Amino acid sequence: MAVPKRKKSKSKSRKRRTHYNQTPPTLVHCSQCDEMKLPHHVCPNCGTYRGRQVIDVTEA
Amino acid sequence: MRHRKAGVKLNRTASHRKAMFRNMITSLFEHERIVTTQTKAKALRPLADKMITLAKRGDLHSRRQALAIITKKSITHKLFTDIKDRYINVSGGYTTLAKLGPRRGDGAPLAVISLIDLKEKAKKKKKTRKKAAAAPPTASKKEAAKAEEAPETKEDVSEPKVSEES
Repeated sequence: MAVPKRKKSKSKSRKRRTHYNQTPPTLVHCSQCDEMKLPHHVCPNCGTYRGRQVIDVTEA
Repeated sequence: MRHRKAGVKLNRTASHRKAMFRNMITSLFEHERIVTTQTKAKALRPLADKMITLAKRGDLHSRRQALAIITKKSITHKLFTDIKDRYINVSGGYTTLAKLGPRRGDGAPLAVISLIDLKEKAKKKKKTRKKAAAAPPTASKKEAAKAEEAPETKEDVSEPKVSEES
């Protein structure tokens, strides 16, 4: 069976991993309170979604 | 092959899944809104619609069919007396979903599923009609953006995405 002859150096591994990027989450402004929130999600700040009060945020 | 096998398995055995949905549907009609994972919430919708359809039929047979699913007799009674009357003029789509984002702990995407509030739905209908009327002149988007105030333009950005999803 074919096997690697040499251990991959730290440099090689690290160079390969330079393309491992994290993408920032897409965020939109809440139409009610203008906070940043996930699109298509209830706003965690004011608890509204599409003009409707969905969750009670006063408890926090 | 999975062809034409509708529904989700949710990594459960058939009996586990059935029991879970029975409990969920009972809770939904008891509390009118429940928080669960998005997948479970979506899978619950057709069952909820079927229960309300049974309630609207309202005869003894359908009541027994509902009792075979709903685990509490009192909740079946509530469904056949109180909840049914709200949806006399609606045919289907009795629930609404709102996404809450990832759960702390395991990161599972959560959602609220609730029985629709018809008053709010009527309000929204007017709103969407207005929006539909305003939408066509999108070619002159820049002009519209200029005419409207700054927060209005922000709404323009977020709102169309929301409507796509529903």
